[in-house]
Amino acid sequence: MIRFEDVSVTYDGAATPTVRNIGLDVPEGELVLLVGPSGVGKSTLLGAVSGLVPHFTGGTLSGRVTVAGRDTRTHKPRELADVVGTVGQDPLSHFVTDTVEDELAYGMESLGLAPDVMRRRVEETLDLLGLADLRERPIATLSGGQQQRVAIGSVLTPHPRVLVLDEPTSALDPAAAEEVLAVLQRLVHDLGTTVLMAEHRLERVVQYADQVALLAGPGAPLLLGAPAEIMAVSPVFPPVVDLGRLAGWSPLPLTVRDARRGSGELRQRLAGHEPREPHEQSQAAVSPASRRSRLRSGRQPEVPAVAEVAGLAVRRGRVEALRHVDLSVGPGEIVALMGRNGAGKSTLLSTLVGLVRPSSGTALVGGAVPHRTGPRELIRRVGLVPQEPRDLLYADTVAAECAAADHDAGADPGTCRELVSRLLPGIADDTHPRDLSEGQRLTLALAIVLTARPPLLLLDEPTRGLDYAAKARLVTVLRGLAADGHAVVLATHDVELAAELSHRVAVLADGEIVANGPTPEVVVASPAFSPQVAKVLAPGKWLTVAQVREALESAGPAEDGA
Amino acid sequence: MSSTGAGSPPPAPRPRLARDPGAGPSARRRPFAAPRAHRSNALHPGAWWLWALGLGTAASRTTNPLLLALLIGVAGYVVAARRTSAPWARSYGAFVKLGLAVIGIRLLFAVFLGSPIPGTHLLVTLPEVPLPEWAQGVRIGGRVTVEGLVFALYDGLKLAALLICVGAANALASPARLLKSLPGALYEAGVAVVVAMTFAPNLIADVRRLRAARRLRGRPDKGLRGLAQVGLPVLEGALERSVALAAAMDARGYGRTAEVPAAVRRVTAVLTLGGLVGVCAGTYGLLTADGARYGLPVLLAGVAAALGGLWLGGRRSVRTRYRPDAWGVRAWLVAASGAAVAAVMIRAGSYDPSALTPGVVPLAAPTLPLWPAAGVLLGLIPAFVAPAPPLAATPSKEAS
Repeated sequence: MIRFEDVSVTYDGAATPTVRNIGLDVPEGELVLLVGPSGVGKSTLLGAVSGLVPHFTGGTLSGRVTVAGRDTRTHKPRELADVVGTVGQDPLSHFVTDTVEDELAYGMESLGLAPDVMRRRVEETLDLLGLADLRERPIATLSGGQQQRVAIGSVLTPHPRVLVLDEPTSALDPAAAEEVLAVLQRLVHDLGTTVLMAEHRLERVVQYADQVALLAGPGAPLLLGAPAEIMAVSPVFPPVVDLGRLAGWSPLPLTVRDARRGSGELRQRLAGHEPREPHEQSQAAVSPASRRSRLRSGRQPEVPAVAEVAGLAVRRGRVEALRHVDLSVGPGEIVALMGRNGAGKSTLLSTLVGLVRPSSGTALVGGAVPHRTGPRELIRRVGLVPQEPRDLLYADTVAAECAAADHDAGADPGTCRELVSRLLPGIADDTHPRDLSEGQRLTLALAIVLTARPPLLLLDEPTRGLDYAAKARLVTVLRGLAADGHAVVLATHDVELAAELSHRVAVLADGEIVANGPTPEVVVASPAFSPQVAKVLAPGKWLTVAQVREALESAGPAEDGA
Repeated sequence: MSSTGAGSPPPAPRPRLARDPGAGPSARRRPFAAPRAHRSNALHPGAWWLWALGLGTAASRTTNPLLLALLIGVAGYVVAARRTSAPWARSYGAFVKLGLAVIGIRLLFAVFLGSPIPGTHLLVTLPEVPLPEWAQGVRIGGRVTVEGLVFALYDGLKLAALLICVGAANALASPARLLKSLPGALYEAGVAVVVAMTFAPNLIADVRRLRAARRLRGRPDKGLRGLAQVGLPVLEGALERSVALAAAMDARGYGRTAEVPAAVRRVTAVLTLGGLVGVCAGTYGLLTADGARYGLPVLLAGVAAALGGLWLGGRRSVRTRYRPDAWGVRAWLVAASGAAVAAVMIRAGSYDPSALTPGVVPLAAPTLPLWPAAGVLLGLIPAFVAPAPPLAATPSKEAS
């Protein structure tokens, strides 16, 4: 259905090809997952299928790409519109009209389908994607998951034979992601649609793939094979695969179910071991005993809280975004805020930096009321890295950005640059922030925020668009900051990140905190928020592969000695 | 006008809507009540615009403050009764504020720049700024008379009423749907306008987000400088978004064209160009003193040719329309009610002009002329015949 023959793409001004000598043949009706670290050209490959590369992006494509027998060299994207449906990373930039129903019909209108056919297909698609209740809603009022479903629906209505998706679940909470994936599954099974999809969050998607195509590095050859085979050699892999590799299972498990079925022996080996709590792995500065007692009691009377939220309520018009929220964060503590899209996580973070005024209750950050504190004063108490780190970056070069940050924070010249070098080694002064990868940009924004040395650091959805390596670097950086006494609050959908990093998890639903406690207790108790390792090894409170690895390592020598 | 809901006092429709879930006993009792609006029976946006233009025409024909207030009230009542919760419906408030601002500015001008109306009731005399000879006719300061102020107030009220009528049409008719009714040849231009319209709110959201980000960097987020410094990033973001949108539209088949025989293409070009030339020549003829004889026919021929060109041009576009708005009985009634208001006012203007333009010199209390007032009330018809907006509460971000 999709055939790449010796394809290389070189963008204008680039010295080397972004992808080189790619050969790929995707048969009809398969779901093929394209994986690889950031910056290996996954989006370029996806764009080549719809013809947007090179017709729209410029650059040179050598070799041949054919979709359903049509050569993209001779067919412009608009002439492929009836066989290929493309959904990019940001669904909002995909919408042409303003309501759900019109959006679903737009593609068919462009293709000139008959009115009765359009009507029927819109109704079918509304049902298929569970959008019937939203049909007349303006798209701008939908949640992220709903928007993603509308975007998929809008390319489905012309009945394309190929669907191309670039990170369809990255911005979604776990439940919404499952919703979208269930739809894809149904398309592949019931309609025989061919799906080619790139995604960083493999733990969500790898079990749905018929085949996995791996781009291991920039310019590397493309490897295509069964998911288990590719996962055995891939540099990017979900925790369940990591666990399988650790335990030496063959074939590698791709789903929690597979892993559970084969985990009897591992569970026996782990019996009698207590998982070390995640923060202890890097908490040399604070003694584990005092930390544990603090966590157990849930409050820390002796240490003054960095952030203190009591009875907080925020209204936006008639919508109550937050209600009766109580939260206290102590120094050195990492708290993860979880909950579905629109539950109020970002609002809570915004309140803590004074962007939103509470309608009742109090939010105190280092003893100050955020929305009454001037920006210059406030950045010394609290720093927020927003969902889109690029918003924080104004300058043309990293060096200018750092100089501005020093100036803003009143810090000694060079403070920010030093932070950048420490967190992100090997970035040249004259790099344009736009040319950095997502992970590097996030780290740069983090360094800028840290220049003012705020005791409280807030991150909104930090792992969006990050690959596993960038995520691991972020975890190390944040753990180090917490060890230095920074309190960290992060709003995230990424259960694996929360499990690995946070001491405490607060779950928000409809503007209220519905669970707040030590990470192992909260995430193990709720299937939606528990990481894969916890699901595999339940009822043991193992959260991360690192914990299991440590326990096995400590157990290994003991057994030898016995 | 249906006898059912019409007699109820203004606040009545709300509770009625709240009680009426579409069926049940209340529906049986009100066989003529307007149905709940949905996609299929939605009123044609053109009908709303015709209604609003009718009201606006009426407003432009009078300076009687009572009639103008009545017109504003009629427009406001219809908006309150038939407005949906869609984003564009919120623009009404902005238009009302704009109207008030216009009145305020008109009054300020009358106070500080004087008024051409001679008046005897002196209110206050401001110190007059002496101006050089070449600025004769311009006055700053000086006498402020009641007559001048009243005239300015009437004048401002007229402009405000016009603005509010336009605002009502904006709030009631979806601009995107109006553009969807354009002929096929203009479709691509229509899409461009729709995209531009969805662009503005995004731009405002960007500005807000970036100003918030300034605060996060520890820079003042208020004031003009703060706004100026986010200008470049906002433009960058807007440009990026439009490129992404263009890619998405291209990939979804925007701009696909059908094969049209060369002859048809040539005829289209000739008709369109010839039509435009005809329209220009005809208009010129109409405006010049001795051209009235040939002006009208040439103009009409030009319009016909241009329309023919548009129609033929539409054959190049392969696109079809999904659920176009139908022009039904209710649309006729709504459009006719606007036209009726305008007609009554124009008729009254020639019949009894003094009632529509109450005297300012000498000052006289305006009276409400009965027949024009009754005519204005015809503008309320849409509040009863147009399909009622759905009961959906304020749109909120639902969890998916």
